[in-house]
Parts: sequence; C-alpha cells; structure tokens
Amino acid sequence: MPAAHTAAHTAAHTATHTVAAPPPAPLVEAEGEPGREPGRTIVDIRHLTLTYQAADHPVYALSDVSLSIAQGDFISLIGPSGCGKTTLMRVIADLEQPSSGDVLVNGMTPEQARLKRAYGYVFQAPALYPWRTVERNVTLPLEIMGTPRAERQTRAREQLERVGLTGFERKFPWQLSGGMQQRVSIARALAFNPDLLLMDEPFGALDEITRDHLNLQLTQLWRRTRKTCVFVTHSIAEAVFLSTRIVVMSPRPGRILDVIDCARDLPPERTLDIRESPEFQRIAHRVREGLMEGHSYDD
Amino acid sequence: MSRLQTQTPPQISPMAPWPLVALLAPLFPLAMQDGQALYLPQSPLALVAFALLVGSLLLRRVAGGGRSEAALLLVGVAAGYAAPLLLLARGLRPEIGLWLLLLGATLLLGRVLRLLAEATGPARHACPALFGLAILLLWEILTRGFQVPAILLPPPSAIAAAFAANAADLWDDFGQTVLTSVLRGYLLGCGAGFAVAILADRVPFLARGLLPLGNLASAIPVVGIAPIMVMWFGFDWQSKAAVIVVMTFFPMLINTLAGLASAERIQLDLMRSYGAGYWRSLLLLRLPCALPFLFNGLKINSTLALIGAIVAEFFGTPVVGMGFRISTQVARMNLDVVWASITVAALTGSALYGALALAERRVTAWHPSFRKR
Repeated sequence: MPAAHTAAHTAAHTATHTVAAPPPAPLVEAEGEPGREPGRTIVDIRHLTLTYQAADHPVYALSDVSLSIAQGDFISLIGPSGCGKTTLMRVIADLEQPSSGDVLVNGMTPEQARLKRAYGYVFQAPALYPWRTVERNVTLPLEIMGTPRAERQTRAREQLERVGLTGFERKFPWQLSGGMQQRVSIARALAFNPDLLLMDEPFGALDEITRDHLNLQLTQLWRRTRKTCVFVTHSIAEAVFLSTRIVVMSPRPGRILDVIDCARDLPPERTLDIRESPEFQRIAHRVREGLMEGHSYDD
Repeated sequence: MSRLQTQTPPQISPMAPWPLVALLAPLFPLAMQDGQALYLPQSPLALVAFALLVGSLLLRRVAGGGRSEAALLLVGVAAGYAAPLLLLARGLRPEIGLWLLLLGATLLLGRVLRLLAEATGPARHACPALFGLAILLLWEILTRGFQVPAILLPPPSAIAAAFAANAADLWDDFGQTVLTSVLRGYLLGCGAGFAVAILADRVPFLARGLLPLGNLASAIPVVGIAPIMVMWFGFDWQSKAAVIVVMTFFPMLINTLAGLASAERIQLDLMRSYGAGYWRSLLLLRLPCALPFLFNGLKINSTLALIGAIVAEFFGTPVVGMGFRISTQVARMNLDVVWASITVAALTGSALYGALALAERRVTAWHPSFRKR
C-alpha cells in the first residue's frame, strides 16, 4: 500500500517539525485508508475487575481498570510481574473472563470480536507447531479461516518477507533461532490482516541485541501497517521506544497508575539512537517513577 | 557424532591380553576320538585353525586402522569357531583344548565388536549382526559339545531342520494366528480404544469412569480371560480377536487420552484466538500432538496382541495356529518344532514392532526424539 506509506512519511515529517502539536501524531496517517476514521476507538475498557479463586484465597488480578485504545495506537502495558498486564490483554482477547466491567473490541464483545478474528495474538513463546514448516505455520490461521490455497501461500510469503524471513519457508521451527521463531509468530499473527495486534512480552526470552533488532523491526512494521498494537513488557526502554502511549500498572490488584503519551515528544519514526535523547530519558524517568510509586503502595 | 569425526580419528585402545588364552590350547587334549585323547598337532584341521587365530593376533599391528584390524581379527575368530564345528561334524567329543580355543576366539570377537561399534555407514550394522551370529554359533557348539538333550534345548541347526520340514504347517499357523486373529483383533482393539478416547475427551465423565476400569483390565491375566472368551465366541479367530481386544483396548485408550491432553496451553489459546472449534483444534493441533503417544500405544499393543492370540489358542482352536502347534508339539516332545514356532512368533513380533517404529519415525520426524538439524 504505497499511498499509506507516503502518507506516513509526510506525517512523520510534520510530527518532527511541530513537536508541541497537541493531537498525538499516530492518529493522523490513517487518513489515506477509507473506512478507518482517525481516532476511532478500537478497544474500550470500562471499570474492569477480575477476581479469581486461588487454592485458599481470592486473587484480585485487576481492579477498576478503564482504558480506551484508538485506531493506530501503539499501547504498552508495563508493570511488575503479576500486576495483571497479561491478564488484561487476555481479557481483550477473550481468553479470560472479567468478573465485572465492560470491554468492547471494535464495538463488539470480546467473544464476538474473537470469532470475527479481529485480533492477532503474539504469545510469550512462539507457540509454533513443530510438525509444520515455517510457511505452513504462517498459513495456519488462513487455513482455519478457509482462505484458498494459492492465496494462503502468497500471503504467507508476503508476511515472511515483511519480518525478514524469506528463504526459510521450508524450514521447520526448531531449525530456527529463538528470535527467528518469534518473528515467524509475528508473521503468523499478521497473516490474516487483523486490525489489532496483541503482543504479550514477545521478546521477553530473547537476548538484548536480538531484542533491540526486533524492536526496530517492529516499530518499522507498525509504521508501515498502521495496526493498532497492544504490547505487554517488563522493559522500560522497550516500552518508551515502541509506544505512542504507555500504561503503567501497579502490582496486584492491577490498577492503572499513569498513562504517558510518548507520541507528543518522540517522533513516530524511531531509530535506536533516540534512546539517548533527553525526551526519551524524561519519559523513561516518568515511567520508572510511576512504577516506584506503585511499589510504595504495597509496602 | 559427525562433529567428532571431523577431528582426529578416535584413538584405538590397546587390546586386553585375554584372547591369548587360546595359546594354551596345545597343552591340553583337544577332543576324544574312540576313547583316545586327540592333541592339537594330530589334527591338521585344528592346526590350521589355530595357526590362523595366532596369525591374525600377530599380524593385527600391521593393519592400518580400526576397520582393517577388525577384518583381520575376524579371520582368526572365524577359524576359532570353525574348528569345533568341523570336529563335531566328524563325531568327535570336544575337550579342554578345544574349549580354550573357542574361548580365545570369543574374547577376540569382543575386540572386533569394540572396533566395529564406532563404525558408521553400512558397517555399523556389522556389529549387531556379528553379535547375533556368534550367539547362534555358540548355542550350536555348546549344545552339541556338551550333548544337551534336545528336549531341554535343541541346537539351532535342529530347529532350522524342523522349520524346513514343517514349513507348510508353520505357514498355515502364521496365516491363522497372525493374518487372521492378530490383525483383526489388533485393528479392532486399537480402533475401539482410539474411538472411545475421542469420545471420552468430549464427555469427561466417560474418561473418569473408564480410567479406573482400565487399571483393572490391565491386571486381568490373559490365561484367565482366554478360556472365557473361547466359551463365548467359539474356537475360531473370533475368540482370539476378543482376547486381543480386551488386552489392547485400554493401553490404546490411555495413551490416546494422554496424547490428547499433551497440547500446551499456549497452543490451545492460539487455536481459540483463531475462533477454531473443537474438531478443528482436534485435527490441526491435538491429534498431531498426540501422535507420539498413539505410536507408543500401537507398539505396546503389537506385542500384546501376538501374546494374546497364542495364549488364547491354548484353550481351543481349529487344528491350526501357533498356540495350537506349540501346545500339541510339546505334548509329543517335538521341542524342535516348538522352537521353530517360537522363532516365527519372535520374528513376526519384531517385524510388526519394527514396521511401527519406522512409521513413527517418518510421521513424527518433528518430535524432539527424532529431530535432525
């Protein structure tokens, strides 16, 4: 989609020049695509609470969480282990049922959205099927959705090229490195072209160099595709680098402590160098403060 | 393995001195002939064998690598085994000298096998083949040399002769027991176990109710159930198939259930995220995951089925079948025919198991236990 591509570029330039412009940059470039009005709410969460019964006591995983995610946003959920950020994302994906509160995905309940294949989910582990080749792993969702064989193959090739894995179609997942496997799983999530991409610490198990590399690829991918992304992470640097907005969560019961807008101060088109910039440091500092504040509640 | 070979070839360890006991052979009588002791120099045949054995021992240092040394030593081993066989064929009774020669040759074979164990390519099959052949030859020489009564243990040559003489009967037995009873019972038992496992997977109370029964069934002795099945289903293959179904049903059920439960949560979540229904996740995820378990069940059952059929035939059968042959020939003291039947059963069981193992290797090549990079 060359039209969207150039639109994104011009948007990038305007954003860098008018740093203080109040409307967040990522919402602008959706204008090239019909039917997607900018700023349309994709995920709407209101007063979400989730409690489950552990062996001897109830666990309050999420408490009164409200969050609205707009078209084209890249949202990072950050917080200490066990703060419910993964749970929150699993609720959006209808893999977990909330105790109370409302969740709307594309204006539907999460279950309806799931059955309409509204989102692609990238798990902590690649979760590739070892008996399928890389290409047939990527075509898996398309097979389930009944896409014709020839189209499945072209789409898989396209997505594998997008994540830089051309030439690995016939390999088996276990013949690939961990970073490559995770890229295959991203290609698989993109294969059926969902509007929403949910990523649960996809690079958590990788070494820092690979992780930096994949972060760069991911931000470029996001700039090209304009998918709405929700990204769970432990890493402050990763969150600041990738996001338009960062949602800082407290330890159990998971609550939203702070929502930090990165798009205002950081350019949408990002290279690893921006991590040295004072704006980046300032946002990272604010995230850290938020996380510290969350911990003091616990003491 | 392949990485090791690019480095320096493995050091050949020095040979232990034990095969040298063969050198003591000339000091003792070799055999008894018409009540008279025969010494090594008196038998040109034994002398040649002894010379070959000693010659291979002396020349082994000339050999370049492990494989050529093995080939050279094998000549000596063959000579050491040939001497007692040939002397026995002439009606002589072996004595200490000959046993010492055999012992030396056997210990030397140990060295050969050790050298061949590290071989690759087609030569790697040489080690198990030689091992099996040596056991057969030792069995032959020892049973005949010590004149073990054929009722206790006939020599392999007698078993082979009985095999040839009764080939037609044995083939009929094979047809009745394996091609009719075992095949049908096996397919029925494994098929039913698999089908019920799929059903129990959908209806959880079935699984909870059936698994304790499975433990009970696996404790039922086949000799107890076989006569009952013969009374229920008659003398022909139906009663054998019924015994096999009882024996194979639960192993298959339990293995299939374990296999279906083996898909990881994250893989199941993935299927759910695609909105895939029960049957799709079953076909695309859970059954492939279960394949290694299914093959386990099929392999266990392949041996159980053969045992079940043979035992069941002891309790009534038309006048054909491996179990029938064994029970009647034991009664007539024709132990060589019994051994021939056992051979057929053992070869059949191994062939079934081997075919399944090969199929497993092909179908689940992705599994960590078979993976090659």
